[in-house]
Amino acid sequence: MTNACLTFRDLTLGYNSHPAIHHLNGIVRKGSLTAVVGANGSGKSTLMKGIVGVLKPMEGTVVRAPGVRTAYLPQQSELDRSFPARVVDLVSLGLWPKRGMLGRYTKEDRESVSKALMAVGLGGFEARPLDTLSGGQLQRTLFARVLLQDADLILLDEPFNAVDAKTVGDLIQLIKRWQGEERTIMVVVHDLDLVRQNFPETLLLARQPVAWGDTRETLQPENLLKARRFHEAWEENAPWCEPSEHDHSHDRGHDHDHHAHTHDLHHDHGSGPRVA
Amino acid sequence: MEFLYGLFIAPFADFAFMQRALFGSLMLSLGACPVGVFLMLRRMSLSGDAMAHAILPGAAAGFLLYGLEILPMTVGGLIAGIIVALGAGAVSRFTIQREDASMAAFYLISLAVGVLMVSIRGSSVDLMHVLFGTVLALNNEALILIGGIVVVTLVSLAIFWRALVAECLDPLFLRSVSCMGSPVHFIFLGLVVLNLVGGFQALGTLLSVGLMMLPAAAARFWTVRVEPMCVLAVLIGFASCIAGLLLSYHASLPSGPAIILSAGVVYFCSILFGSRGALRARIVHHRHRTA
Repeated sequence: MTNACLTFRDLTLGYNSHPAIHHLNGIVRKGSLTAVVGANGSGKSTLMKGIVGVLKPMEGTVVRAPGVRTAYLPQQSELDRSFPARVVDLVSLGLWPKRGMLGRYTKEDRESVSKALMAVGLGGFEARPLDTLSGGQLQRTLFARVLLQDADLILLDEPFNAVDAKTVGDLIQLIKRWQGEERTIMVVVHDLDLVRQNFPETLLLARQPVAWGDTRETLQPENLLKARRFHEAWEENAPWCEPSEHDHSHDRGHDHDHHAHTHDLHHDHGSGPRVA
Repeated sequence: MEFLYGLFIAPFADFAFMQRALFGSLMLSLGACPVGVFLMLRRMSLSGDAMAHAILPGAAAGFLLYGLEILPMTVGGLIAGIIVALGAGAVSRFTIQREDASMAAFYLISLAVGVLMVSIRGSSVDLMHVLFGTVLALNNEALILIGGIVVVTLVSLAIFWRALVAECLDPLFLRSVSCMGSPVHFIFLGLVVLNLVGGFQALGTLLSVGLMMLPAAAARFWTVRVEPMCVLAVLIGFASCIAGLLLSYHASLPSGPAIILSAGVVYFCSILFGSRGALRARIVHHRHRTA
């Protein structure tokens, strides 16, 4: 357990007493690069929010290793693009963990902002107003901000949306560089080929983890099939999940084939590379 | 020269009440205009108006208990404004309701309470002061109060500037790196109330929003960055105060509306001629660069 960056203990996250992540257990190793995949509504973004702390758990805990600084690139940014700001103003927000609310930006800070923009292929865009950027350029700007945050744990929620193929390649290189620097990275991705090629580990979600571990094993056809059968909709009258008899009440709460998931999971946890 | 002196300088040089009015209103602009810029950028322009109404029952309570005294009325207005600001802010932060709806609900309740209290006392000419202000009758107490409010406003803005910009620009990001999001929102609402209360002595509860919003709205048409926008808004505020007071002096008009209308003229000119205004967007953009 010494090298755990994140530990999930019986984590349940959700909205209006309906779980979107249901009793998740496990750890994310320090320095690992994990893809989070799953159908729409399978709880990927919810898990990200739970880790950042924007969403409070309904049950259980997420434990971050002490001293871990987190950077988070949300899927739906609440960014106000009509705000009169330049690219450099937005990216400089990434200096917050370092400079806080009052610290002055130094010459080196400004240089590191320029370097971060260069790294995402937006060198020279410093003075551009935000409302003149294209969707993909804005996404790369946000990437530059993450770069500047210099975080140990980096959470990217569908970062490749609206980004062209060449830029995806550049961003992947950036992510790999981060991994080389012993940072822990979790990325929500939809493109499974991209995952197979670039991500050593994968968490396949369908409200509960269907499989979690080595990418090639996780993305086996039978696991994908299981994940695909996942029932997206809430059941308004789903029975309450009683803490005393977890496994049992899961089954009553959801489709019957979830029974199999639960068991598989125990296997994964017992034998997968995940459990330290 | 004589004529120009008589037109622009003499009113302020010759009359102490004009000097006080000028001094008070310029100080007000210094604090209220930057606050107005942020109100506008947060799409809360009408919230300022709602807050101004919300102040009424507090001011009326002060008036009922102590008569036309500046301090009780100010403190009353401040308390009422803060209750409404905190209440509406809290509802929007902790429930699904957006701030526009919660603000409307709270200020309407507050306004009803205010009207009720005013009617208990019966109609009063003095109360016209509360509603419409008397910039030409600012006493020392009022000037000191306005001065204090300006200092608090500018110091708070300087301290919380980065957090305030972050909260406007990308609130979710601010929440992910810091717990300043909610506090800074409430501090900002506090500044709005403070400046409206400072303004109602001079301009009345209804028009004090004008000095906050109109210069900010006009400045939006001239620049694409926040810092120059705030400076420009303050300058427009200054110009409106001077123009409004002179207009009021020479044409014997009520001073509050004259100031706000001057700001209104600047606003309309900015819509038309601003570097990001209507005419420029229509006419100048026939030429374009190759990349």
